Amino acid sequence: MQVTFRILRFNPEVDKEPHFEDYRFEGHENMTVLDCLHKIKWEHDGSLAFRRSCAHGVCGSDGLRINGRNHLACSTLLKDINTKKPVVIEPLPAMPIIKDLILDMTDFYEKYKAVKPYLINNTPVTEDSERLQSNADAEKLFESAKCILCACCTTSCPSTWTNNNYIGPAALLKAYRFVFDTRDEAADERLDIIDTPDGIWRCHTVFNCIEACPKEINITWHISQLKKELSTREL
Amino acid sequence: MIHKFDVVIVGAGGAGLRAAVEIPKGSSCAVISKVFPTRSHTGTAQGGVCAALSNEEEDSWLDHAFDTVKGSDYLGDQDAIEIMCQDAPRAIIELEHMGMPFSRTKEGKIAQRKFGGHTKLENPKDPNSKRIPVNRACYSADRTGHVMLQTLYENCIKNNVKFYSEYFLTDLIIEDGICKGLTAIDMATSEIHTFQAKAIMFATGGYGRAFRITSNAHVGTGDGCSLVYNAGLPLEDMEFYQFHPTGLWRLGILVSEAARGEGGILRNNNNEPFMEVYAPTVKDLAPRDMVSRAIISEIRAGRGILGSDGTYYINLDLTHLGKKVIDEKIPEITGFARTYLGVEPTKESVPIQPTAHYAMGGIPTNYDTEVFADSNGTKVQGFYAAGECACVSVHGANRLGTNSLLDIVVFGRRGGKKISQFLETAEYHDFKTDPAEKTRALMSGLLAKNGNEKISEIRKDLQQSMMDKCGIFRNEKDLAENKELIKQYKERYQNIGLQDKSKVFNTDLIEAIELGNLLNIAGSINECALNRQESRGAHTREDFPKRDDSNWMKHSFITKNDSGDPKISYKTVIKTRFEPMERKY
Repeated sequence: MQVTFRILRFNPEVDKEPHFEDYRFEGHENMTVLDCLHKIKWEHDGSLAFRRSCAHGVCGSDGLRINGRNHLACSTLLKDINTKKPVVIEPLPAMPIIKDLILDMTDFYEKYKAVKPYLINNTPVTEDSERLQSNADAEKLFESAKCILCACCTTSCPSTWTNNNYIGPAALLKAYRFVFDTRDEAADERLDIIDTPDGIWRCHTVFNCIEACPKEINITWHISQLKKELSTREL
Repeated sequence: MIHKFDVVIVGAGGAGLRAAVEIPKGSSCAVISKVFPTRSHTGTAQGGVCAALSNEEEDSWLDHAFDTVKGSDYLGDQDAIEIMCQDAPRAIIELEHMGMPFSRTKEGKIAQRKFGGHTKLENPKDPNSKRIPVNRACYSADRTGHVMLQTLYENCIKNNVKFYSEYFLTDLIIEDGICKGLTAIDMATSEIHTFQAKAIMFATGGYGRAFRITSNAHVGTGDGCSLVYNAGLPLEDMEFYQFHPTGLWRLGILVSEAARGEGGILRNNNNEPFMEVYAPTVKDLAPRDMVSRAIISEIRAGRGILGSDGTYYINLDLTHLGKKVIDEKIPEITGFARTYLGVEPTKESVPIQPTAHYAMGGIPTNYDTEVFADSNGTKVQGFYAAGECACVSVHGANRLGTNSLLDIVVFGRRGGKKISQFLETAEYHDFKTDPAEKTRALMSGLLAKNGNEKISEIRKDLQQSMMDKCGIFRNEKDLAENKELIKQYKERYQNIGLQDKSKVFNTDLIEAIELGNLLNIAGSINECALNRQESRGAHTREDFPKRDDSNWMKHSFITKNDSGDPKISYKTVIKTRFEPMERKY
């Protein structure tokens, strides 16, 4: 089938503004959007720039806005999207474009770092045995631990669009990952970090993040658990 | 721009990050990576990381070592294997202490599952009793690599490790046998950066992208190994490249052995569970080299299933496991089958085919990750390597599943420790010539290319011929033809054209350099495969179908001589307590 990709292009060395360019090619319904981008790059225009690595939805490199919806290029198949009209491919919104589909993600990573995304536990352990944790408690972490830091959620959120200081759903999900880990001892520290006007309270439960998440994580539920924790903890 | 660090680690997968965590706070350390750290290929490992923890049943590190030696088809160095298997329980517990989330047993300990080639005696008191599969693989659903990579990165953040992300390695500077530094391109600007260091560790990963069907990420182009070879240093055991038996048909996306560990069965076009014929005791849980050969043998015997595009596949049947096991234990891989093949694994079989997966060979090191300059054990001062790019060799001719995640944490840490010791007396060494010169020449040379050969076409042809002629079954005729073909690809490479001439994220340029690396690596794999006249582990020669211990119980070391031609020498396999025997399962 003939497919047209309408791709946002921007080369800072020559362009003042980003602009769309159309690419028409022979595709088939089982091709992923990443396959199509490769086809364009490898057969038509070698200058097209985008990030990718694992190509099966695990590394989180290729989050894009595809027909207006945030998703991974490598896990979106042509049969899943409308190809009757030109398929519109843009970088994720709300982050600065470096070139074509490549964004400057520095701010996104800084917000992730802000929630202290590592286990904090100062109780001495013995080298020859693990900390015990029930499987039920471990499984409470698994959904949040699936996060691949693709930024699809954070950049889908209207709160991010209106206020770039908002910490965003990805960082909040990471906070959940540690706050609810029975092995962690710094829940209060992290809750303090997110208990700010630009922190968790800027989440207005719009649910965009759930729809955007390629790993099908119910991010809003995780954020609600943090809110519950904050509203019930002793002041 | 010139940087000075006590240590520079190249690669931010499990080995590089684990090494970085080990460098003491008083020493300066930088990690450079061509992708943001959590995008590294370690994250795609699924099924588990093994250690004889005995959490599910009685197990011992000696059994683990025995299995690893036998799995390696007796080419693994037994001293290194003993170190790895003995250290494994400590290494896994350390990961747990670092915060890695694991699936748990009823008692709240780290859960373990079965994996190919991991066994113990049915009756521990009777050394002649048969060996049966054992629960040794510690796991976190089927995202073990993902959470391991996340955990290691998190610990690097905790330790304030300095990262240079999206920097592409272009040159390794070794003068007078001393490793002095390296150069890399900042991909965002094309600026050349020189890193001067007292110690350098390569943790640059594998090169699955040399093959058409692969589980490897696009970034798996063997950049580190290729630079080492170009620097005149040897690569070890390059002929041993593992095909994982179960890649998604046509795509090569990995379907973990955990699928069979949880009870999945391979079936041919008559619906027969054929592994019973090839490995009567452990069946579907035989090591990967054997299962991959069995699959290709079934297809060759006309028992494959014909796919829509005229190629054949084999079925992986998970339907009998039930929805609960599939959703809880192997959700990710069954998700891949749904997304990419439109198959519902609870109701229908998953079409699979072997997929290029793991390099047993690579940069030769000792068990402290110190790199060898030759097959006599001379070391390169200040140069270390760990992870898939290195050949210790703990995997010999065939790696067992779950031993790669173990390898990276055990040897990443050992490397970090060895480097820390070395730093106590180490010094910086001045460069004799401009260290950036080679990279400048490489970049300007490639950017000036306006030929009519396409990078993607040469790469596709290379990947196809490596698959067809240097894959699971090999013979002299095919390998000789492939040698000629690779020569032609290298000539065509001289005539490529780059469309992107810009400085900002010039991924056309990066792909051109990567193709050069792949050509280099493919040439050395093929040369070693042609040279080794026996069948051992993952290296199967149809014209030499038997293992030949009297002539070939030795590691191959391939180097480039002054005129650029390959030369092969050998190194003895180190044996401790495990006598070679016939490999039956």
